Amino acid sequence: MNKIIKIIFIDILKSKIIIAYTLMLAILSWSSFAMEDSSAKGLLTILNVILFTVPLVSILFSTIYIYNSSEFIELLLSQPVKRKKIWIGMFLGLSLSLILAFFLGAGIPLLVYSLDSVGIMMILMGIMISTVFTSLACLSSILTRDKAKGIGISIMLWLYFALLFDGIVLFLLFQLAEYPIENAMVGITALSPIDLARIQILLHLDISAMMGYTGAVFKNFFGTSTGLIASFLLLCLWVIIPFYVSLKKFIKKDL
Amino acid sequence: MIEIKNLNKKFGKLHILKDISVSCKEGQSIALIGPNGCGKTTVIKCILGMVVPDSGSIEFNGESIINAYKYRNHIGYMPQIGRYPDNMTIGQVFEMIKEIRQCKDLDLDLYNAYKLNDLLNKKMSTLSGGTTQKVSAALAFMFNPDVLILDEPTAGLDVLASEILKDKIIKEKQKGKLVLITSHLLSELDDLVTQIIFMQDGTIQFHKTVQQLKDDTQQEKISKAIANVLKMQQ
Repeated sequence: MNKIIKIIFIDILKSKIIIAYTLMLAILSWSSFAMEDSSAKGLLTILNVILFTVPLVSILFSTIYIYNSSEFIELLLSQPVKRKKIWIGMFLGLSLSLILAFFLGAGIPLLVYSLDSVGIMMILMGIMISTVFTSLACLSSILTRDKAKGIGISIMLWLYFALLFDGIVLFLLFQLAEYPIENAMVGITALSPIDLARIQILLHLDISAMMGYTGAVFKNFFGTSTGLIASFLLLCLWVIIPFYVSLKKFIKKDL
Repeated sequence: MIEIKNLNKKFGKLHILKDISVSCKEGQSIALIGPNGCGKTTVIKCILGMVVPDSGSIEFNGESIINAYKYRNHIGYMPQIGRYPDNMTIGQVFEMIKEIRQCKDLDLDLYNAYKLNDLLNKKMSTLSGGTTQKVSAALAFMFNPDVLILDEPTAGLDVLASEILKDKIIKEKQKGKLVLITSHLLSELDDLVTQIIFMQDGTIQFHKTVQQLKDDTQQEKISKAIANVLKMQQ
C-alpha cells in the first residue's frame, strides 16, 4: 500500500494546482497577520479561509484528480494489487498532500503569529476539514462515471455545507425563535463538518460571549473537554462514513 | 488452471454473460472469438477481477478469485486499448509496475525488440496507438507470467511489430504457458492457437480443439472453418 500512496503523493505534489493552492494560502495568511494590528483579527480572516477555500479546493481538486486517475486505477487493477489498497491509497495520497499544502501555507504563519490553543485548534480543524472534503470527493466521484456530473455533485456538496446549511439553520432559528431550541441547535451543528469546525474555533477565540444565549449553550457543551472530544469524533465520522461508503462501492465497481 | 463455472453478468438490463462455463489448462493456447459485443472482453475482465460477476465462480489454480489479488502475479494482461496515466512517461510506467510486481526475473525480449529503451522519456499522452500497444505487450510479457491474456494483441500494431509479437506468443506457448487470445483476425490465429472458444450473445457456442473443428467442418483454415460454422447456423 505504501508504494501506491507514495506514487500518488509524489504525483500530486508535482501538480501546479497544489503549488498554487499552497502559495495562495501562504499569501493570505501572512498578509492578514501582517496587516492587522492584533493577531485575533488575522485569525478571523484565516478562519474564513479555512471555512470556505479549504473545503472548496479539497473537494474539487480531489474529485477531478480521481476522475483523471481512472487510467491509473485501471492499470493497477490488472496488477497484483488489492482493490481496497488502491482506493485507500488514493484517499490517503490526496488527503496527505492537501494537509501538507494547508500546513505549509496556513499552518506555519499560524504557528508563528499565534502559538496558543487557538492557533493549534485552527491548524487541527484545517487538517480535519481537508480530510473530510477529500472523503466526500471520494464519494461523489464514485457515484457516477460522468466526470461533469461528479464535479457537479462535489460543487453542490460544498455549496450546501459552506452556504446553504447556514441559511437553513438561520431560517430555523428565526422560525422557531419562541421555542427553547438551543440544545437542538447543538445537535444540528453535528450535521455539517464546517459548522463543527467553526464553533470549535470561535469558542477558542473567546467571542462566543457575543453570541447570546445560544452561544452560552454552545460554550457549555463544546467548551468542555467532553464536547471537544465529541466534536472531534463527529468530524472523524464525517471522514469515515463517506469514505467507507465509497470504498464499498469501489470494491463492487466494474471497470 | 482457470475454471469458470456458471458465470453471469448483467450491465443494467443487458445480460452480457449467460451461464458461462469454461475450463482452461496449462499448455493450452486458446482463442476466444465471436462477434462484437458477445462478451469476450467481459470474460477476460472477470478473470482479472476488473468486472465483478453477478453469480458463478472463477477459480485460478483451485482458488476462487473473488476478492483475491495475489493470483494476478501469475497473469500478464495486454488490454485491447491500453489506458495509461497521461502525465507519466514510459519509463515511469515500467518502474511503477516493476515496483508493484517485485519480480527479479525479467523477460525483456519484447522491450528490447520494440526498442522501448529509446522512448523512456516520452509521455504516455503523446504516444501513438501502436506505441501504446507495444508498451502494453512489453508489460504483459515482462514478468514471466504463467498465464498470458491478450485482448486483440495485434490490433494497431504494424506488420513488423505484430510478427515480433506472434513469434513471442509462440515461444511462450512452447514453454507450456496458458495463452488466452481474443481476436477478430482469424487468419492470424492459425499458428498461434490449439483450441477455439466461440462465443455468441453471451453464451459459449462451442469449445473445441482446432483439429476437431477442422475435421468437423472439413476445412484447412480456422477462418474458413468458422465461416462454415456460421453458415450452418443460418
